[in-house]
Amino acid sequence: MSHDHAHHDHDHDHGSDLAPVEARVRALESLLTEKGYIDPAALDALVELYETKVGPHAGARVVARAWVDPDYRARLLADATPAIAELDIGGRGGEHMVVVENTPETHNLVVCTLCSCYPWPVLGLPPVWYKAPPYRARAVIDPRGVLAEFGVTLPETTRITVWDSTAETRYMVLPMRPAQTEGFSEEALAALVTRDSMIGTGLPTGIAAAPVEMPV
Amino acid sequence: MNGAQDLGGAHGFGPVVPEPDEPVFHAAWERRVFALAMAMGYTGAWNLDGSRANRESLPPAEYLASSYYEIWLKALEKQVVATGLATPAEIAAGRSAEPAKPVARILAGEGLEECFRAGFPSSRAADAPARFAVGDTVLARNIHPTGHTRLPRYVRGKRGRILRVDGVFVFPDTNAYRAGENPTWLYTVAFTAQDLWGESGDPGGVVTVAAFEPYLDPA
Repeated sequence: MSHDHAHHDHDHDHGSDLAPVEARVRALESLLTEKGYIDPAALDALVELYETKVGPHAGARVVARAWVDPDYRARLLADATPAIAELDIGGRGGEHMVVVENTPETHNLVVCTLCSCYPWPVLGLPPVWYKAPPYRARAVIDPRGVLAEFGVTLPETTRITVWDSTAETRYMVLPMRPAQTEGFSEEALAALVTRDSMIGTGLPTGIAAAPVEMPV
Repeated sequence: MNGAQDLGGAHGFGPVVPEPDEPVFHAAWERRVFALAMAMGYTGAWNLDGSRANRESLPPAEYLASSYYEIWLKALEKQVVATGLATPAEIAAGRSAEPAKPVARILAGEGLEECFRAGFPSSRAADAPARFAVGDTVLARNIHPTGHTRLPRYVRGKRGRILRVDGVFVFPDTNAYRAGENPTWLYTVAFTAQDLWGESGDPGGVVTVAAFEPYLDPA
């Protein structure tokens, strides 16, 4: 899947060879609206929901809560979906959540080799790289090489578990709490949690790398 | 199917290229394709497994040359035609020429957020005991269905261990074709990287897949 949307030359089917993709999509939406199968207001609401409301800030809240509340962390690791719902987070693409915890011994990495399964309610819609062949092909066979491309080098003693999302279970990584964050508020901790750290392709923002104001 | 979508372990695709500050959508049409696919899925004319089956059944060269939402668009057009909701001529024209076919339900803008925040669980009640237990050694079956399946090629014929019994879920292999939900036990199965990839496997590494009971044999 090319990331380049400009002038593909592969639309040789469906009798719409010359239609640019924009026109093709507009025609399909017009037709399905005219047929009464869809309500354009619903399309607008869907776009608004997934473009502006659902995103990795939700997952960051879950992680921060787990860092400050050991009982919550235990519930999250034992049965993630209801634990995440405690924070009023859930829904399509996250009906069956599993949270896996990074430790000094084990680092977790999430992929969907077969398509693009991703925990929408906690992370939003997936980035292009997550859906594209290089990541889907290599995460399972060369996870250390993939991590290096994200600038993550783990100690050789840290073992990697890769979670291939081949059914409706959806995985989120609980990263390790960064050092020197004692006394941070939950909100300040959530600000350290990056999207990639919850996929396993990154780590939470280090204190040295991105200073945050210590709460008083 | 052994199609282009089954990418685990493939070589030659180059490095992963993350995009800094990536937007959720890269073009206006991507927004509409995403929402069209969601809204049409909601009508009940097909299900999520059927959508995946249609996307992965694009010819491999076309699948790999298409962007993500181009794949969604092409599959959506195929599904609309296959279910009789519109004809290819209507799609080409962007205008209705024949009466609409009834659909089970239509997604409304009002209440949509609550609906999607509630989700659409695919877990089902168990009507038989699970065949495997945590710790059991299993063999991923060496099967090559020509239709939709969720057992990736790279684990077929490999020995793994049951890490978790996830519960009973809709079985994609039949549900994709409206041939029944066939609720089936689902397991998380762990394979060692070296069992999967030989000496090139990351030392100490593990890869897990979520595997339905019919994908597994005792070992």
